[in-house]
Amino acid sequence: MTRRQIWQRIIAHLDLPLLAGMGMLMAASLLTLYSASDHNFDRVLAQGANILVALCCLWVVANLPLHYLMRTAVPIYVLGMLLLIGVALFGEISHGARRWLNVGVATIQPSELMKIGVPLMMAWYFEKHEAALTIKNYIVAALLLLLPVALIARQPDLGTALLISASGFYVLFLAGLSWRVMGGLFVAGIASAPLMWSMMHDYQRHRIEMLFDPSQDALGKGYHTIQGMIAVGSGGILGKGYLNGTQTHLDFLPERTTDFIFAVYSEEFGLVGNLILLALYAFVISRGFVITANASTYFTRLMAGSITLTFVTYAFVNMGMVSGILPIVGVPLPLVSYGGTSMLTLLLGFGMLMSIQTHKKLVKS
Amino acid sequence: MSRQVELKNHQREIFNFRLRLFIGIGFALLLLGILLARFVYLQAMRHDYYQTLAEKNRISIMPIVPNRGLILDRNGVVLAHNFSGYTLEITPSKVKNLQATIDDLATLVDIQPRDRKRFKKLQAESHDFETLMIRSRLSDEEVARFAAQQYRFPGVEIKARLFREYPYSEKTAHLLGYIGRINQTDEDRLEENDSLANYRGTDYIGKTGLEQYYENELHGTTGIEQVEVDSAGRAVRILSRTPPVSGNTLILSIDAKLQDIAEQAFGDYRGALVAIDPANGEVLAFVSRPGYDPSLFVDGIDADSWKALNESPDHPLNNRALRGQYPSGSTIKPFMALAGLFYNIRSPSQAIGDPGYYTLSGSSHQYRDWKKGGHGTVDMFKSIVISCDTYYYGLAVEMGIDNIYNFLSRFGFGKKTGIDLEGETSGLLPSQEWKQKRFKQKWYTGDTVSVGIGQGYSLVTPLQLAAATATLANDGIGYRPHLVREVKNSVSNEIRKLENKPAFDIKLDPAHLDLVKRAMAAVTQPGGTAAQASAGAPYLIAGKTGTAQVVGMKQGEKYDASKIDERHRDHAWFISFAPADKPRIAVVVLAENGGHGGGTAAPIARKVMDYYLLGKVPTPVGVAAAPVAAIQAASGVPEVEAEHD
Repeated sequence: MTRRQIWQRIIAHLDLPLLAGMGMLMAASLLTLYSASDHNFDRVLAQGANILVALCCLWVVANLPLHYLMRTAVPIYVLGMLLLIGVALFGEISHGARRWLNVGVATIQPSELMKIGVPLMMAWYFEKHEAALTIKNYIVAALLLLLPVALIARQPDLGTALLISASGFYVLFLAGLSWRVMGGLFVAGIASAPLMWSMMHDYQRHRIEMLFDPSQDALGKGYHTIQGMIAVGSGGILGKGYLNGTQTHLDFLPERTTDFIFAVYSEEFGLVGNLILLALYAFVISRGFVITANASTYFTRLMAGSITLTFVTYAFVNMGMVSGILPIVGVPLPLVSYGGTSMLTLLLGFGMLMSIQTHKKLVKS
Repeated sequence: MSRQVELKNHQREIFNFRLRLFIGIGFALLLLGILLARFVYLQAMRHDYYQTLAEKNRISIMPIVPNRGLILDRNGVVLAHNFSGYTLEITPSKVKNLQATIDDLATLVDIQPRDRKRFKKLQAESHDFETLMIRSRLSDEEVARFAAQQYRFPGVEIKARLFREYPYSEKTAHLLGYIGRINQTDEDRLEENDSLANYRGTDYIGKTGLEQYYENELHGTTGIEQVEVDSAGRAVRILSRTPPVSGNTLILSIDAKLQDIAEQAFGDYRGALVAIDPANGEVLAFVSRPGYDPSLFVDGIDADSWKALNESPDHPLNNRALRGQYPSGSTIKPFMALAGLFYNIRSPSQAIGDPGYYTLSGSSHQYRDWKKGGHGTVDMFKSIVISCDTYYYGLAVEMGIDNIYNFLSRFGFGKKTGIDLEGETSGLLPSQEWKQKRFKQKWYTGDTVSVGIGQGYSLVTPLQLAAATATLANDGIGYRPHLVREVKNSVSNEIRKLENKPAFDIKLDPAHLDLVKRAMAAVTQPGGTAAQASAGAPYLIAGKTGTAQVVGMKQGEKYDASKIDERHRDHAWFISFAPADKPRIAVVVLAENGGHGGGTAAPIARKVMDYYLLGKVPTPVGVAAAPVAAIQAASGVPEVEAEHD
């Protein structure tokens, strides 16, 4: 094999436009991280390592033919459920919630696995019953979604539970859940809101009230919201310039390398920077939709659509939270926030997108 | 299904999917559009407003940490208070070369290897952006030296902080506990209670003892100060201020002087002492020996000190009074006697002949009395005074484990007392059900025999035994033992009494009580097992000695203290109350490896009672505190016979 052939072999199953969009977002991540961590180059290197590891996994997944991908659905889902039950029974409590499972060598967070496992399982299920879908199938699929979500919500990790609900809902939606049922659910949701309110813990109500008036909790989470809005708003049109964000460097911002990294970016690069960031996200998302539209099987269509829409949701929730239109839930900015686990989960998803895009010719009958 | 229909279905399905996908794309565009609108609003339209907030008036919201509440004894003696001092602190994320910086600092202020180790440990436990202490309690001179050189040390600062101090140090360590740096576990708990915001700026939290149990009273409410800071982050102007509210003062039922005397009375012995006012459950003294220096923990303990404490064979960190579980030995006998009377198994005058051992019918195994050859004819009164084992072997078997369990659990055995401290253990009051669950075995009559003299499976904590003794002294009306009497509000100075109503009433027959109490009073008179320790007391002590076996003995083997490793010697118990007719104090003493209850434990109780009832302060070097062998040598009599039970 010539060097050229080797190269061809390596990139054969990568989707280059998608990779380019992701790469630019990751570059923004490293750049912003350097500023957010007070010029701590170790942090940048660590994130670089996270990205490299995740890219290797992406490459492996992208090279898996689709039938392999489908075959992983049930094992991943079952494993995830077992681990979630394990967490509920023997999990370690950290940050006030039981989310981690100590498996001897390391502690793992099974809810992270389910971010992929749940839509994968649902898409697999729909594919199996594609020939004649009845209302019963939708109910089973909904149960496949609700069981892990209930376990995760109990941990309690409401943020992750909602996000997995969203990704599962996207599968149901794309699989053609009837409008009437969705309408009914929507109405039921609105109608049960007062009931939910009365059943909530005080602190949960408090969090929602705080969203409308962050000054109520100026020392607690409201502080984060206020500081996030100040950082974004003071950035203005052009931003304060790279490494010059005052809010960032005066310790006003909490978790500024992880969940609040967007505040740092936004303060330093301003509205123009935000537009570029939104454009990059829009590019990645639109590539995802193109792959979805071209997908050849039922399974891959559902999977690609759900991955793409979930990605949109993550980006929206994080930026919405930092800019004060959504409550503070621990959701990182996809591809930008510091952290190995979320990077890995995202890139596994993108690996599937690439596999779907590059293996379809082989599947077409 | 024809191929035609299938194809048609397929096309319709594709069409449906495309439709849904377009809706999905529209949804994505909507979300991005919302964000775009929000950014335009914040960054273009409201930019001036946020610019003002961020640049011209950099408002920082600073927490003002409240002063932690004081802890006083019943007479107002200070047991825990705060003093202000200076600390040298480093923010690792702001320092380029940490090691070099610390070495540099060491030329200005005294930094010991211990400080460095502690700092390393702190660093491992915290985030880099947190400010961590390298040295506490700087001298004025050190403060001045550093202040002059501060410009050389970005990321290093001097802070004025309040320190917690425990004047009685190790004497109250097991009672008060200590505060320590807030760790992840504490933070999680605070978040659960939704009180994390109130702890912003607070570094310390109660970790054990009363400091932990009454954390909510002691912490206070954090104040808020809105300050304007300059570009370097220094406060230049205070905009608004909500003052903090100091924590409340705890007033204990403990008598510090009594506690002190009890501590000293132990001499070199390890063990525990709990003194309770039987009339209301107030704990007057609460001792666990040895103690430890709680200030080691306040600043964050270094690895070496921790290792020394944790691995010491004396187990100074173990709160023996609260958590130590021991066989009760013969101190259970008065309670067993009450049970025998209650269930009508024995009448007071019914006597047995004691040959020095007990056998179950159909078995040749001999359950030995502590006295070889036995005590002759023994009725209930005598059985308590001379602590006859044979009497109680038989009584227990006749009564049966179910009755024993039911009666003793009314006195609180096998249950937590509910004292205001965390981590209490519940001892063990065995039952058929328990054995089945624990060992998957049925209960044998042989198991009941040793329960009769407080051996076998049964275990008690010193606190539990003290509460039961107080209940007995108070004619069966029991109180939950408690350490805090009153809480004084830091703002209004209002005193809130912590009401303590009787928790239970074991409706005992006055005649039964009278017999048992008289017998216990005779224990301390000539001929009783604790005669020596109460000689010359102007008040009458009711008591019962006890010995808890540490290692079992084989059939026919004789106990010989001198041949046994010191830590395998028996534990000495003494339970008591005085004055016997109108009890004002109940005292329970456990002296680990002390041998005989009468010789070791009883003299300690005597000193506590002498002070509490007569105001008598013992001479500095306690005579009875000397090891038991010394007393034996001095008195020249074979004490084993007179005091071993």
